[in-house]
Amino acid sequence: MVRPYTDYQPIMYAINVIVLNTTQSKTKYEVVIGLEVHAQLKTKTKIFCGCPVDFGADPNTNVCPVCLGMPGVLPVLNKQVVAYAVKTGLALGCKISKHCKFDRKQYFYPDLPKNYQISQYDQPICTSGQLEVNGKVIGIERIHMEEDAGKLVHAGSDRLHGSDYSLVDYNRTGTPLLEIVSKPDLRSAEEAKDYAQTLRSILRYLEVCDGNLEEGSMRCDVNVSLMPVGSKTFGTRCEIKNVNSFKSLARAIETETERQSEILDSGGKIIQETRLFEETSGKTISMRSKEEAHDYRYFPEPDLVPLEISQSWINEIKETIPELPHDKKIRYPKDYSLSIDDTKVLTDDRNMAEYYEAVVRLGANPKKAANWLIGPVTAHLKEHKTDIINCCMTPVQLADLLGFIEKGIINDNIAKAEILEELLSKGTNSEEIIKEKGLAQITDEGEIKSLVKEALETNPEQLKQLKEGKDKVKGFFVGQIMKKSGGKASPAVVNKLIDEYIK
Amino acid sequence: MLSKQQVEHVAKLARLSLTEDEVELYTKQLSKILDYIDQLNEVNTKGIEPMTQPIPTVNVMREDIVKKQFDRSEVLRNAPYEEYGFFRVPKIGE
Ligand SMILES: [Zn+2]
Repeated sequence: MVRPYTDYQPIMYAINVIVLNTTQSKTKYEVVIGLEVHAQLKTKTKIFCGCPVDFGADPNTNVCPVCLGMPGVLPVLNKQVVAYAVKTGLALGCKISKHCKFDRKQYFYPDLPKNYQISQYDQPICTSGQLEVNGKVIGIERIHMEEDAGKLVHAGSDRLHGSDYSLVDYNRTGTPLLEIVSKPDLRSAEEAKDYAQTLRSILRYLEVCDGNLEEGSMRCDVNVSLMPVGSKTFGTRCEIKNVNSFKSLARAIETETERQSEILDSGGKIIQETRLFEETSGKTISMRSKEEAHDYRYFPEPDLVPLEISQSWINEIKETIPELPHDKKIRYPKDYSLSIDDTKVLTDDRNMAEYYEAVVRLGANPKKAANWLIGPVTAHLKEHKTDIINCCMTPVQLADLLGFIEKGIINDNIAKAEILEELLSKGTNSEEIIKEKGLAQITDEGEIKSLVKEALETNPEQLKQLKEGKDKVKGFFVGQIMKKSGGKASPAVVNKLIDEYIK
Repeated sequence: MLSKQQVEHVAKLARLSLTEDEVELYTKQLSKILDYIDQLNEVNTKGIEPMTQPIPTVNVMREDIVKKQFDRSEVLRNAPYEEYGFFRVPKIGE
């Protein structure tokens, strides 16, 4: 069940509410998209009380009189929430407000026990930032702090059987949220998706939010409108909710664009409304919310004093911001001679990026380390549904393995087939595995020479061709010899000896 | 002067159902209240920063430390209806 009426639509900010344009190849309209992202903050406790934020808990076990909205209680602001908001604002190049306050947003809904949500209306904590997405700068209108609502549960088939009640769990009530509102600068479904993914990556780098769309720790509301190509005036927008994945985000925008252009093409008018994205049909459907539902009657929250954020606190928070993906994307090709694509894959996730940097710091060849992490390591992690910090292989172990290859002690294939798996799942070390399994490369020429001789002499037809200069046959012989050696012969030595033999 | 429509709108937002007579009465009474408040507009506030809080305090915050929550049976004690540890509420209209 999705909560209606919770979108941020203050009258004063009508303009920022999102909606932008994009070029649709097949139509005469430009689509204008803006995103409102709700990010659940990874604090230990709720925004205004000491109840733990814990999503796996039994219903109504992480609640207290404050988050249940009992009469006479007072909210007290969680300092960490402010710090995370400032951290996020700084990372997105925002202006941090020196002075701000909280406001009450009133609406009635059973998941909101106080009948108002504490949010920030006309004095958000951060304003006017930007995020670069594929070389284009997307404006950030504002970031503000607010509290999440509870969860409504419609037990199983209740709805189908016309049950006349719902169940409410208030554990989530009061979970701190950041609402990050983009300017209507996005012009295509793809661009909107890239923006959301880039934002998610940053939130995860900052360790302020898990960024999990499926589980709802990051939620996107999308504003979509169309205008004739070349126009400067935005059309009427619709807000789409219930987008639970990046794929759905793109799909919702595409189908909403189609819906709106069909209406406009047939001479109709777009009605401003909130629509729900339906995963199964891939369509958006009207929520038919009543007009006055958007009359939130904001006023300053009398139970909370204003917030003044000092420059020294801002500076302190600035120190905690790690190198962000955007900076790494500039640095990697320069420092490590990596391609843009490889850089993108390595820097999307902070743990992967830091792991990579550690391996390189330990002396591994940067290109080689990147190939291994992007290739066989990632394949293993995906297959075992784990990630780089939860697997057993430490950066030291990977650097060692690459070192053994570099020194010619083992070859790539052996390392991949015989060692990597063990490092990743058991965390033993390469040297032991090499010794135990007898994997060390044979570089002794005498030993290899006999293998070469044997292979060449037992295949007289191919040998004839080789002598005639058919280089392709050489690969056949190398393969034969490698097989005979159990993959342990040094390919370089094998090649050299074949050349010598036929000379 | 407040209009009847405004009073009806506000009543609706507050989930109050009013009779014709009550709308009539409240329109007059609320208008009087607003007129009274309007006197504040006569004060010259040039150069004075808007204030949202009469208390001259800022930055009241707490550390991010978990405090013991309440026992669920206690939490649900005031609920008119409960089920499986949830608060039970009337179905939300479409
Ligand atoms: Zn609480």
